[in-house]
Amino acid sequence: MSDTPLITAQNLSVHYPLRAGIIGPKPYVAAVENVTIEVAAGSFFGLVGESGSGKTTLGRAMLRAAPITKGDVLFDDGEVSYALKNLGKAELKDYRKRAQLIFQDPYAALSPRMTVRDIIAEPLEVMGLTKSRAETDERVREIADKCRLNVEHLRRFPHAFSGGQRQRISIARALVSGPKFIVADESVAALDVSIQADVLNLLKAIQEDMGLTFLFISHDLSVVAHVCDHVAVMYLGRLVETAPTRTLFSTPRHPYTKALLSAIPSLDPDDRGKAQKLVGEIPSPTNPPPGCKFQTRCPAAIDKCRKIEPVLESAGPEHHVACHRWKELSIAE
Amino acid sequence: MSRLIDVENLTLQFDTDEGRITAVDDVSFSLEAGEVMGLVGESGSGKSVTAKSLMKLNPRNAVYGPDTKITLHLDDGPVDVMSLQNNAEMKIVRGGAISLIFQEPMASFAPAISIGDQMVEQLMIHTSFSKAQAKELSIEMLDRVGISDPSTRFGQYAFELSGGMRQRAMIAMALSTKPKLLIADEPTTALDVTIQAQVIDLMKDLVSEFGMGIIFITHDLGVIAQTADKVAVMYLGRLVEQGTVRDVIRRPAHPYTRGLIAALPTLDDIDAPLTPIPGDIPSPLERPPGCVYNTRCQEVIGPRCSTEIPAFYPVDTDHAAACHLHDPQESTS
Repeated sequence: MSDTPLITAQNLSVHYPLRAGIIGPKPYVAAVENVTIEVAAGSFFGLVGESGSGKTTLGRAMLRAAPITKGDVLFDDGEVSYALKNLGKAELKDYRKRAQLIFQDPYAALSPRMTVRDIIAEPLEVMGLTKSRAETDERVREIADKCRLNVEHLRRFPHAFSGGQRQRISIARALVSGPKFIVADESVAALDVSIQADVLNLLKAIQEDMGLTFLFISHDLSVVAHVCDHVAVMYLGRLVETAPTRTLFSTPRHPYTKALLSAIPSLDPDDRGKAQKLVGEIPSPTNPPPGCKFQTRCPAAIDKCRKIEPVLESAGPEHHVACHRWKELSIAE
Repeated sequence: MSRLIDVENLTLQFDTDEGRITAVDDVSFSLEAGEVMGLVGESGSGKSVTAKSLMKLNPRNAVYGPDTKITLHLDDGPVDVMSLQNNAEMKIVRGGAISLIFQEPMASFAPAISIGDQMVEQLMIHTSFSKAQAKELSIEMLDRVGISDPSTRFGQYAFELSGGMRQRAMIAMALSTKPKLLIADEPTTALDVTIQAQVIDLMKDLVSEFGMGIIFITHDLGVIAQTADKVAVMYLGRLVEQGTVRDVIRRPAHPYTRGLIAALPTLDDIDAPLTPIPGDIPSPLERPPGCVYNTRCQEVIGPRCSTEIPAFYPVDTDHAAACHLHDPQESTS
């Protein structure tokens, strides 16, 4: 892992328009608001948050698959350097080759009418990356082998495979164009635990082998803790805390991160009732609360939190937190 | 505590175009009133089908084994569930003595009928309440499960409620008929961790208040550790281990249970490697002979594992595993 970022989201906002009224300003939903993250080349960057926190939208915006309203996303892999907001057609096509997505549900992501070989070969054909069928076949076999799929598998259709095998097919398809940056959006959420560990180990092995950079989106903090180097926590479109994995899990500073960690059901039956419970639910992004977005559920909210939105401040090396009270709360512990 | 349900030698097969598939194979367990039993297993292990069998809620091509015996102990005496023939007879069991909560709360409410009307409808079928009484009880139940402004929610539709709220409404509906046994099929899987913690708390409160038995189906051992009194582990239609929650989680006796726990990412040691269980769960069309787990087992002790179905051997008081490893004759030889 190097310190130079492969991809950077700079004050990135993604707004979606709502149906406009006759008068007044155009209403919109801020799915992502003023988020800055740097994903170092060769890192496994985790993005966590509840449903509705904007983590998927942020991931998509970094692939230029969601509109960038404000700010920008900068990509630099040493060969090319792009600012994604204003990317020409040819450049965008080239970027698609360099940045790929692995979906959540391996049952929905694969066409049931195509053989596994055709599914994996499709990106090569669409992007025109190979010159002959023989070359395509060779590239497909090579990548299938990396994902532990054999030649026999390539002839079959997706229905013949289990969830774990299907996810390996999706991974092979994402890797076949030789990307540098992969967004894995809840890529193990649909799998059983016994298989989940296998797919996570595969992703890690491939990352090290091919020198890839991952943005790993997940709601499961224990999975993130095991695979990621760096974690960012989102709430209602805002970045609330970001830190190296070890720091985040040993000294979480934001009350939301603390609550998330404590809500994970413990494997110890004698831990019952110890969890710090969060009341209420994530507010609707169409009608966000004023001030800190977390103040409606925060056990430590004071008047200031209800009026002024906190900005990210440094809480240690590479550790940033957006909370007015993190210092006094950490002393109180 | 008094005995609530006895399940003996439950075997269930489905007639399909590809032949007769065994979904549940010789499963026996019992549950006391006020007890929470966790039923754990991967997708395809037969846990949902087992639970639905308790009210014969399976499609027409289901064939029950001749030795299957399910006895429900109600206040008016025991009910032999297998002998109930038509829908009218099933009414005492379905929605009467047993209620079911499904995984996906959006799919379990009718979209075009208000939440309130659906709650009243089932009360009219199962109780002698007048419509006004049914409405009163429904609103009271919505309030009881922590839904704010219950009389407004009563008139709303499922799409107007958030995921956590819908699952609460589902629980309110399931409990309003005062069932003796509640079957909860992955009730928190679709929810965020913070909401999951709230729903688990709510269910625990309700058990102590209503004194009913709960069968809690999940693939998440953490959720089991936080809710259940005892655990039954299923694999490919067979029970492989049964015991108290502390015994099964702290001293798992079956290699499959050990594998499941080892595959689980935990926050206690984030550097520990993730250990997947090798291979995939076999197709129910190709059930392995002998122990169903022998194709993936790391602790096979000999040809016996692939020829002879292991019986349940006690490993401790109230803790037994169906594995030849625990056959007293194996350890002496």
